[in-house]
Amino acid sequence: MSTAAIELKGITKRFGSVVANKDVSLSVQNGEILSLLGENGSGKTTLMNMISGIYHPDEGQIFINGQEAVITCPHDAYDYKIGMIHQHFKLVDVFSAAENIVLGINDGKRFNINDVYARVREICEKYGFEIDAHKKIYQMSVSEKQTVEIIKVLYRGADILILDEPTAVLTPQETQKLFKVLRRMRDDGKAIIIITHKLHEVLSISDRVSVLRRGEYVGTLITAQTNETELTEMMVGKKISLNIERSQPHDTEDRLVVSDIKCNSREGVKLLDNVSFTAKSGEILGIAGIAGSGQRELLEAIAGLQHIDSGSIIYNNPKTKTQDNLRDKTPIQIRDLGVRLSFVPEDRLGMGLVGNMDIVDNMMLRSYRHGKGMFLKRAEPKALADKIISDLQVVTPGTSTPVRRLSGGNVQKVLVGREIAAAPTVLMAAYPVRGLDINSSYTIYNLLNEQKKNGVAVIFVGEDLDVLIELCDRIMVIGGGRVTGIVDARNTTKEEIGLLMTKTDGGQINE
Amino acid sequence: MSDKIKHTEPLIRISKRDDLVWWKSWLVRIIAVVLALILCSVIIILLTGYNPIQVYSVMIRGSFGTSRKLWIMLQNLAMLLCISLAVTPAFKMRFWNIGAEGQVLVGGLATAAVMFYVKDSMHPLLLIIIMLAASLLAGIVWALIPAFFKAKWNTNETLFTLMMNYVATQLVSFFIMIWVPSGSSVMGIINQNSQAGWLPEIFGQKYLLNILIVAAVTIAMFIYLKYSKQGYEISVVGESENTAKYIGINVKKVILRTMGLSGAICGLAGFLLVSGTNHTITTTTAGGMGFTAIMVSWLGKFNAAIMVLTSFIIVFLQRGAGEIATKFNLNQSFADILTGIILFFIIGCEFFVNYKINLRNGHKEGK
Repeated sequence: MSTAAIELKGITKRFGSVVANKDVSLSVQNGEILSLLGENGSGKTTLMNMISGIYHPDEGQIFINGQEAVITCPHDAYDYKIGMIHQHFKLVDVFSAAENIVLGINDGKRFNINDVYARVREICEKYGFEIDAHKKIYQMSVSEKQTVEIIKVLYRGADILILDEPTAVLTPQETQKLFKVLRRMRDDGKAIIIITHKLHEVLSISDRVSVLRRGEYVGTLITAQTNETELTEMMVGKKISLNIERSQPHDTEDRLVVSDIKCNSREGVKLLDNVSFTAKSGEILGIAGIAGSGQRELLEAIAGLQHIDSGSIIYNNPKTKTQDNLRDKTPIQIRDLGVRLSFVPEDRLGMGLVGNMDIVDNMMLRSYRHGKGMFLKRAEPKALADKIISDLQVVTPGTSTPVRRLSGGNVQKVLVGREIAAAPTVLMAAYPVRGLDINSSYTIYNLLNEQKKNGVAVIFVGEDLDVLIELCDRIMVIGGGRVTGIVDARNTTKEEIGLLMTKTDGGQINE
Repeated sequence: MSDKIKHTEPLIRISKRDDLVWWKSWLVRIIAVVLALILCSVIIILLTGYNPIQVYSVMIRGSFGTSRKLWIMLQNLAMLLCISLAVTPAFKMRFWNIGAEGQVLVGGLATAAVMFYVKDSMHPLLLIIIMLAASLLAGIVWALIPAFFKAKWNTNETLFTLMMNYVATQLVSFFIMIWVPSGSSVMGIINQNSQAGWLPEIFGQKYLLNILIVAAVTIAMFIYLKYSKQGYEISVVGESENTAKYIGINVKKVILRTMGLSGAICGLAGFLLVSGTNHTITTTTAGGMGFTAIMVSWLGKFNAAIMVLTSFIIVFLQRGAGEIATKFNLNQSFADILTGIILFFIIGCEFFVNYKINLRNGHKEGK
């Protein structure tokens, strides 16, 4: 085997007590595309950030063309001819494509923008990009911006390209175009690493696949000799038993009936595509999917925060026995209808709570309108704050501490506690245990289970498949904004869910 | 496989600190003032040769020397505080209203217009009520224009409110030109003889009514921001628009309502300046207070009670500077240098309240 363009040996990276990467070794040859596959939080991006100089590994070595390399900053990476295309573009909006491409280059020569145009044109012709170098970034579509990012690293002479989930924001047609370009670059002898979790893309673009799971290196396969099932198994791993209690739902009735909702982003990318499901009282409906598959939009559409283009969200009111369509209603209108909807959003401090306010004032977010008159009544929220602190064992110096000072688990207890205190009939929770330690996580599971027993329709968006399978009654899997399947959590496997998760726009790429 | 890179910790590292105990933060501020006074003393001795203690005592006399000076100081304090209170709700909402200057001017202009056209043909109380209403309305309109564009199209309120200031100045020039027949650009005292539309003296004090009105506004604003539902909404919108939407606050409505309030108080300040103080209008009636008010509001951390103190510091320095300039026959610029130094230290010390400086300690290499 010839010398690898880039080789990692025993890379380990820790953040505090969290191990993001543990003893990872992999290599890429020139003229090869390697896919890096793994679930959310499996350490893919951290690993790539170490190659591109954003982080520095705690242990392990990196070899470039056989020589040991020390990469301490992005500039070092550039000297080693490594270029990374991040998931979130790093471009100056008011500059043109060409200006962004040369930004930060200081080669000691006199700057001439016409030379830049000529070289950009050259690169475009060589690899088949279509871009107007004079166009300003803010006038560009997402895929054009991505093209600028790729040209930017090629302009700097990169021979090793890393793309972090490049297809997440693209339409299938744009993805096809991108893959065509990537193949040309491969044929030109570049080494390419592409981070993704869409299996069909892995199979269609890459030569080899390396799989990470929970920060650990699982193995590398030759793409031509593997299939979706094998890759899924490597990605999700063996079932781990968590012993979360689960009761049998009884007397369920349809509480929330969502039919055919559609919603597009401003760029015309489909965020939600014909999503239909029913949330029943007294059960936990899990929602599984790769991050960014439409989970947030779905919950926000139900909560009245996201406009939808078509479809309906019908709420069956258990008290009045009436049916109300929640579509395009504001959160206040929804509450005025008597819909007791609680929502634990993904962004706890940016949406669910106000970081700079204390616990009492955060309790008031839901209830401050109560009572007549123009003044606030802090007695009730104060009592609620005290109750939540003692019931959920929130660790805090007092009720007047700003919530941003609490630890992640305690912040979440405050938020979930408040949402449950509103005695909901529907409780939606997005990634409620993300970043929480084991004990706090179980506190949250217990709270959700308690709500289920009280006849609440619980919708739980999660990322850990083991948790979803043990906690939920039914699991809805979404991929690319579409429902790819609804399974019975008691009779499913991680592999089944994993396959459904990665079944986005299945097969469209190669046809 | 050890790390082969030398980690050098920078010599000075700055990190945010958690809240200081209240007395420690005040200690920092007092030290800052003392340091500022020491530096000023050095400069006084080097540049003028006067005894700094003498200079400082004159400075204090500028505000407290005579009862007339005291009243003028209180009046200036009241006006600055009034405008600072006006911008505070907007700033708390993270709406950068730097158009207080213009909002005060149009308020004053409306007052002056009613005084000029109605003269003494109306019951004095009724006249004052109409003047007040006109000034509030003018201030509200002037503030609502940028607020509307912000709420509807998310335009940049900083530029917008700033430009509205220039429009207001031009409007005042325009009306003075119409009102003054001789073509002079100075308005002169309105209703000099009839004193129609002048705020009355109470207890023989010309400015007392102004001061009492502002005191009432201060208390009301303190309560409004801290204990009212609307004040709570302002805080939530300011802290996080996403949270506001999540709990169903109509963000646009809050922006319009709050800016309306901000403009109304600016209009009130214009009314007090024209009807209660100057009895005339010029393009400089607001006199830069619309901008100074921003500093007062920030220094006071948007807390109406602390703002009384911060506006006092600023007015005290201004009055003192003027006094030194005349008493010692010094250039006004010299007095400005001294107030500049003191303000620099007062504002600069907030950095040490919020951040701590870590010097590199003993060991040279990171592990």
